[in-house]
Amino acid sequence: MADAYTRFTRSAPGGLLAKQLGLPRPSRLLRRKDRPEPVLGPVVVLGASAGADAVAHRLLEEGADVRRRVEDLRSIGSVVIVADELAAPAELGPLVLPLAGAMRTLAPGARVVTISRPARGEDPARDAARGGVEGFLRSVAHEMRGGATANGILLEDGVGVDSPGAIGALRFFLSARSAFVTGQLLTVSSEAGGATENLSLPLAGRTALVTGAARGIGAAIARTLAADGARLVVLDVPGAGTELSRLANELRAVPIQLDVTSDGAGERLVSFLREKGLTLDVLVLNAGITRDKLFANMTPDRWDPVLAVNITSQITLAESLLEAEDVLGEHPRVVSLASTSGIAGNRGQTNYAASKAGVMAFVEALAARLAPVGGTANAVAPGFIETEMTAKIPPLTREIARRVNSLQQGGLPVDVAEAIAFLASDEAGGVQGETLRVCGQNMVGK
Amino acid sequence: MTPTDSPRDALILGGNRIPFARSGGPYAGISNQDMLTAALEGLVARYSLQGEKLGEVAGGAVLKLAGDLNLTRESALGTPLDPRTPALDMSKACATSLETVLHVSNRIRLGQIDSAIACGVDSASDSPIEVTPRLRRILHRAFAAKTAMQRVKALSAIRPADLAPVPPRNGEPRTGLSMGEHQALTTAQWGISREAQDELALASHKNLAAAYDAGFLDDLVTGYRGLARDQNLRPDSTLEKLGTLKPVFGARSPQVAEPTMTAGNSTPLSDGASSVLLGSAEWAAERGLTPLARVVDARSAAVDFAHGDEGLLMAPAYAVPELLDANGLTLQDLDLYEIHEAFASTVLTTLTAWESEEFCRERLGRAEPLGAIDRSRLNVTGSSLAAGHPFAATGGRLVATLAKLLHARAKETGRVQRGLISVCAAAGQGAVMLLESVTD
Repeated sequence: MADAYTRFTRSAPGGLLAKQLGLPRPSRLLRRKDRPEPVLGPVVVLGASAGADAVAHRLLEEGADVRRRVEDLRSIGSVVIVADELAAPAELGPLVLPLAGAMRTLAPGARVVTISRPARGEDPARDAARGGVEGFLRSVAHEMRGGATANGILLEDGVGVDSPGAIGALRFFLSARSAFVTGQLLTVSSEAGGATENLSLPLAGRTALVTGAARGIGAAIARTLAADGARLVVLDVPGAGTELSRLANELRAVPIQLDVTSDGAGERLVSFLREKGLTLDVLVLNAGITRDKLFANMTPDRWDPVLAVNITSQITLAESLLEAEDVLGEHPRVVSLASTSGIAGNRGQTNYAASKAGVMAFVEALAARLAPVGGTANAVAPGFIETEMTAKIPPLTREIARRVNSLQQGGLPVDVAEAIAFLASDEAGGVQGETLRVCGQNMVGK
Repeated sequence: MTPTDSPRDALILGGNRIPFARSGGPYAGISNQDMLTAALEGLVARYSLQGEKLGEVAGGAVLKLAGDLNLTRESALGTPLDPRTPALDMSKACATSLETVLHVSNRIRLGQIDSAIACGVDSASDSPIEVTPRLRRILHRAFAAKTAMQRVKALSAIRPADLAPVPPRNGEPRTGLSMGEHQALTTAQWGISREAQDELALASHKNLAAAYDAGFLDDLVTGYRGLARDQNLRPDSTLEKLGTLKPVFGARSPQVAEPTMTAGNSTPLSDGASSVLLGSAEWAAERGLTPLARVVDARSAAVDFAHGDEGLLMAPAYAVPELLDANGLTLQDLDLYEIHEAFASTVLTTLTAWESEEFCRERLGRAEPLGAIDRSRLNVTGSSLAAGHPFAATGGRLVATLAKLLHARAKETGRVQRGLISVCAAAGQGAVMLLESVTD
């Protein structure tokens, strides 16, 4: 159920008042269960490059209603702007301006996706054009209405638009799974990854471990990965044992009670997996806590546990699993939970932000360790998500926190889970060392 | 019996309980069914029993409300077990869940069932409060009345005195003494010192705290309603602190010169539930479950406490020798002992009795005393004084704990390990059980 303010603005008098006062009127976001179709049609593919043709063909093959021009469609579901061969900034206008005329015909929950290449400091004109796509994309995301989103895919030179990572990212951004992701650019740095055989159960045959799974975002992650076909191992502290058991019973998952900060936690996890004959294909390091306090009042008993749980335990678990080679599958996918607080900082969260920024740097380093064995490590940075944790924020601060994003609302745990499911998929093999923000284009940071 | 005639083994595969709470605490107002269901859900999740049709779920509660009719069956139906799993309620005061373990183990051994859960629950917070018999009769008549006038007439018979609720008796019906008062008599009779009791209590707390810290309870306990560990556990307990507590039992009896039993060396009234998973070797192997120990044998005993012939909680002292003799063992042949700490002095009076040549000769008819045990093998991960004692849940806690300990030690030492469980119970009863490690 939406928060109180949102419910108010959706009522007739509330909506009128909000409109007159210029207050936010958050749109209803359609998620996977509301819009299961992979592509909201019709989808307009803009661009004249071979890449644009390839994208259009791919979408046609998957049964979408594909157009190559805006024409006079009364309602447009999705727009894909393929800008993979821009040579100079002047080429950007003709490519994107057709979308301008179509902005008012975008359907509620519409999707805009740009496909371009990152600027790597080689060719001034080309790089300027490439950089320009990012600025354009972020601004157009700020202008989206009705729950529509705009995101970009950055393909490193040499990575084709039909590489698994590009296809996977496009699929994710076009679907309702990315409901709370907007204004973001995701880099696909290689052609690694495999095509998903079963699109309705993309994680079938894979085993995933989720830490901190008993409640909140962790439980949503476990449920989402299970809905995608994965076999789950759910981990949390013994104190959350009954919730963990109930989740395990719901999902037919394997529960393990373990305090990840305790001595020998890594070894105990490895023995457990060996005893049960399990190998992990996906590792979701989600367990995390907050102990907010202004730094002026910060004490070790508030600082230490946050660092211990949020980042140190991630390092020890990852290292234990990597050392014990027999408990990791062939193409392991590691996804860690970071936070927009780790990107931009946040008042009262010096400890939390330190740990989350640590996570983002950690996945980059871990990615380098995993790449030789065909694995990936990435992070998801949630913005304001409606959970028990954020419910404890004082009401006024909380209300402001949930409105300062382009979608004007807090996200749901399932939104974070969907991003993780994408990064855990076979297709996402080319996404390496990235942090994907799930924040509704929160105003903080980039 | 020749080996080919002996019944197959009943193997203990694991257990799950919720942390125990003091009555009137975090679980006050929570029903027996809720607690038992939570313990069972944790067991089902840990051993992937969703959708399984087990041979039986046998459980019980000592204190039951009217709503606890078919308690075990209703609790089992609240779990993901196949609803075609039969269930059963049993009762033997504090020995209840030891008896449920024995019951299902016998069925497995005889081949009547292949798998079972033995469990128990109690809430001392929510003990039954009834109405007087006279009021009950009046209310029955009123409910059976066919017309409003008849109902009014029936209810008009109520007198003010009828409205006083009847709380459960806290004491043995035949003697009028509470269990603590009874044990105080036994303690005085055997001359157990205050220091010895406090030391045993301290060891219980220290050992349980160490076990939690080492992660030993990680696959034995699922946190419930905000409790991750047993509420009664005091990791920082000291002899000094225990020494400051005032005696609470024995003041009423002239035979007790100096009362020594305090709140610290007696178990508190507690709430909680426990469960144990058992199965045949084949059933376990089919599911990839690792057997920990087998149920070797068990005995019950009862004493004539009402006529003062023996102490209320001394029955296990009689049952254990029988169990040992039947299995060709001496008291010292056991690698581990789990003796329920109803009171610290219960454990100590029992041990002292076994060491007493006079007791063993005159009461047990034995030429030699059973002898002393190695105290470092007693309640090595703490017991009831630290964990608390929800009456019907303690047996299950002891069985799961001992099975895990025996299995771990067998793997460490490469030798078969044997363990003894001893539980005394109200109304002068006791049950004891012998377990043996299983490793493949």
